[in-house]
Amino acid sequence: MVSDQDDVVVISEGLTKRFGDFTAVDNVSFRIRAGEVLGYLGPNGSGKTTTIRMLLGLLLPSAGQSQVLGFDSVDEAEDIRQRVGYMSQKFALYDELTSFENLTFYAGVYGIRDPDELTATINLLGLENIQNERASDLPLGWRQRLALATAIVHKPTILFLDEPTSGVDPGARRDFWDLIYELAESGVTILVTTHYMDEAEYCTRVGFMRRGRLMAVGTPTELKESEVAGAVWRVHCTPLLASLDFLETLPIVRNVSLSGNHLRAITEEKSSAQNLEQALDAAGLRDVHIQETAPTLEDVFLSLAGN
Amino acid sequence: MVNIRLQSIIRKEFIQIIRDPRTLMLVILIPIMQLLMMGYAATTDVRNVPLAIFDQDRGMEARALLDAYRAADYFHLAYDVDSLDEILSLIDRGDAKAGLIIPPDYNQQIAGKGTAQIAFVLDGSDPTIAATSLSAAQLIAQAHATEVMAERLARTGQGAAALTPLEVRTQVWYNPDMLSSYFMVPGVIGMILYSITSILTATAVVRERERGTIEQLIVTPIRSWELIVGKILPYAVLALINTVEVLALGSWLFGVPIRSGLGLVMLTSGLFLLTGLGIGLLVSTVANTQQEATLISFTTLLPSIFLSGFFFPVEAMPRVLQWIAVVIPLKYYLTIIRSLLIKGVGVDSLYTEILALAIFGVSFILLAAMRLQKRLD
Amino acid sequence: MTDDILIEAKHLWKRFGDKVAVEDVSLQIRAGEVYGLMGPDGAGKSTVIRLLCGAYAQDEGEVFLSGRRLTSEPDNARANLGYLSQRFSLYSDLTVLENLRFFAEVRGISGEDWRQRAQETLEFVDMAEFSNRKAGALSGGMKQKLGLAAAMIHQPEILLLDEPSSGVDPVTRQAFWRLLVRLLQGGVAALLSTPYMDEAMRCNRVGFMSEGRILLEGEPQDLTKYLEGRLLRVRGESIRAIARIAREIPSVESVQPFGDRIHLRIAAGTERQVIKEVQKAVDNAGLHATSIRSASPDLEDVFVDLLEQ
Repeated sequence: MVSDQDDVVVISEGLTKRFGDFTAVDNVSFRIRAGEVLGYLGPNGSGKTTTIRMLLGLLLPSAGQSQVLGFDSVDEAEDIRQRVGYMSQKFALYDELTSFENLTFYAGVYGIRDPDELTATINLLGLENIQNERASDLPLGWRQRLALATAIVHKPTILFLDEPTSGVDPGARRDFWDLIYELAESGVTILVTTHYMDEAEYCTRVGFMRRGRLMAVGTPTELKESEVAGAVWRVHCTPLLASLDFLETLPIVRNVSLSGNHLRAITEEKSSAQNLEQALDAAGLRDVHIQETAPTLEDVFLSLAGN
Repeated sequence: MVNIRLQSIIRKEFIQIIRDPRTLMLVILIPIMQLLMMGYAATTDVRNVPLAIFDQDRGMEARALLDAYRAADYFHLAYDVDSLDEILSLIDRGDAKAGLIIPPDYNQQIAGKGTAQIAFVLDGSDPTIAATSLSAAQLIAQAHATEVMAERLARTGQGAAALTPLEVRTQVWYNPDMLSSYFMVPGVIGMILYSITSILTATAVVRERERGTIEQLIVTPIRSWELIVGKILPYAVLALINTVEVLALGSWLFGVPIRSGLGLVMLTSGLFLLTGLGIGLLVSTVANTQQEATLISFTTLLPSIFLSGFFFPVEAMPRVLQWIAVVIPLKYYLTIIRSLLIKGVGVDSLYTEILALAIFGVSFILLAAMRLQKRLD
Repeated sequence: MTDDILIEAKHLWKRFGDKVAVEDVSLQIRAGEVYGLMGPDGAGKSTVIRLLCGAYAQDEGEVFLSGRRLTSEPDNARANLGYLSQRFSLYSDLTVLENLRFFAEVRGISGEDWRQRAQETLEFVDMAEFSNRKAGALSGGMKQKLGLAAAMIHQPEILLLDEPSSGVDPVTRQAFWRLLVRLLQGGVAALLSTPYMDEAMRCNRVGFMSEGRILLEGEPQDLTKYLEGRLLRVRGESIRAIARIAREIPSVESVQPFGDRIHLRIAAGTERQVIKEVQKAVDNAGLHATSIRSASPDLEDVFVDLLEQ
């Protein structure tokens, strides 16, 4: 397996992991180019973490193979580990240690003892004021930052972030993404998993995972164009559930979903608001109001899962 | 050689130990508690057995006999009663464990040429106390009888030399007072070294797994051996501190000697630590939670204590148990530590045991190192 | 007070030691209404839900469920309550049916009644075929549906749902919402907490919580109104460099980065002028902005704005 492009830093080919008769990751292939922010999107238990663990040689694949920075994930895991950073879902911090001690510890484990490098990481992540606080006393947003700090203290060229923003408030999430961009701009390639659909919009490319399978990979715009062929409509009408049931029977409607006090319908390309309105009126549904809207990545997911 | 990675692990582990004051307190206090319990409460020494006296004679000679009982500290002359019934009810209630009955004609018989008979009744419900009290009561009485006889012969002008044709001169070595603390304190050292190292090491590794930090460590360039050494070294130090603690307390409270010198004791204890650390690491490769780790370690602790000769001599056990005892590392360490503390022997008489410990320790750690791979599955 | 208010909280306060977890929270939720509680971790969402179901006792204030005061008649008040806690709190080693039987029986549904209820409920959540599977062997989405089934086995008219769809996929969330809407049409009142802004959009009303207080409350469409005309979306190369420049422009209140674009928050009525300023600053820096135009605000923009104030 030789990379055909110089700038490909991660190659996964047919990666598969079975636990007993459960297939956690099913024949997953993708590539990551240097400098990308690849978002790996999927619900809990869809195989995101297992994929990362196989790339890093933490788990042996049941089938398939992968390379990171040209090193084989199984045979040359140690070579990979020196060059990559990994922030796991659980934020691997030692509660009894202060922020600074946690950082010093991980630096030491990477063989770094230059205090300037530590200071640089602290400054980059704005951890100056929490250096002497115990990790256990930190709010979640700060734990997340500290965990990121421990993952980048050795200046990795690739960063694997597993659900880094889980449970963190929107403000802190945006700040965190700011940091991710900053790292990406300095040349770090990033693979980030998330179950927030809106975060996928922040990535240069997105992969959709469901039940162990990688359903699609592409830029958000590409995916919206390729997977949501047709138009997306906000449909207001009463009664809501009857309308939902009715729209599901319409041939021009590819997908319809409930969205709060209205419905969201994806239709064939040719159809217009008029088509829909007429159909709904004819079915005796009331207060019909239809408005075209832009597709979201959630529409992409629903449409991919429906196929 | 300075290894930053190893240093980091060790430093981190020490910080964690110090920042968890409750566990640290337990680790320091448990040996003291165990030593006090084993040294005082679990003693098999019989002292101050409460004795009820029914002296029907109350003459000079009877007093001399009672003085002899009083002088030996086996008995505490607790009750002076006026009837046999009183003795019975005291023993029934458990207030007295034994009764001594001196007949009304005691003085007369001693003064004359007859044989005085005294009666000793005792509560046999606790066989240890009963057996020891019985032999003590007989010994005291016999010694007193010999004295009386000597006096009698002296009065008639004969020498004491021709008194008995045979005399056994017993001599108890190493522990002349046969103090059970001499036996118990080395045992406590062994038990503590074993339990602290195995339980603490196991939970320290499993805790990393529970919190997910092990995953982060695996993806660092740290080597397996650095992780293992860094993990076990702090706990080895802690256990050695415990050893010194128990030795010092043992010598201060119970007068247990260190006849072969501290150096040799610490060296062999260090060797034994490897076994406990190895077992702890092995347990950590099996257990998923700290609770599981503690339970599994504890399960290995029980047979160790009972089959190692901690309380009961291995030689007195059924053959099958003796075979099993061959693979109990604590058994070898107890032999070593008891010999070093009490007998004051040199290494030359303990080669087999030391070799056994080395084999156990090295193979447990190697086995654990093989199982503790830098991988999650 | 109208009769159809099923969930009512009046000036709830809860302290843990020195920390005020819930500060003067009042709520009114009617039959057929779903109220979304949004906020970061630690904002007090779960605490409010636990106060409402009586798992915590409030320091001050009152809770009324179906018009009954929770403190004076807790059993009656809770008889019509279904609660789904954040963590999967069913028994993994029991089957689906055994779990439902347990939760039915602790609710006082006796004899053979539970079997029929369980069957109906499982059909409602579309899980009838899994009734003999161990709960631990279910997928994430299935577990969540079973949790909901257990919470509604006694046909409550009040549902308290603590982050019911955290970490489940959009397909399962869609199924969950369809169930919820059916229940709402049947006259149920529901309160749910959620970290997802798009889920909050589906609620009849939402409340933003931060540090124990409800900062803002209203219908989702109304809440975003005050940011209407105050957001610009900029695309271009390189978007990071453009973001840095935009931060220096005084009329730009804040800059939020997204993958291939940034959002700028501006003062109301300054749109045209700011677009020109940004265009000029980007051109002067030798960069290229492919598009600068107004964007419609969503709840997240509102939330971030609130937290920054």
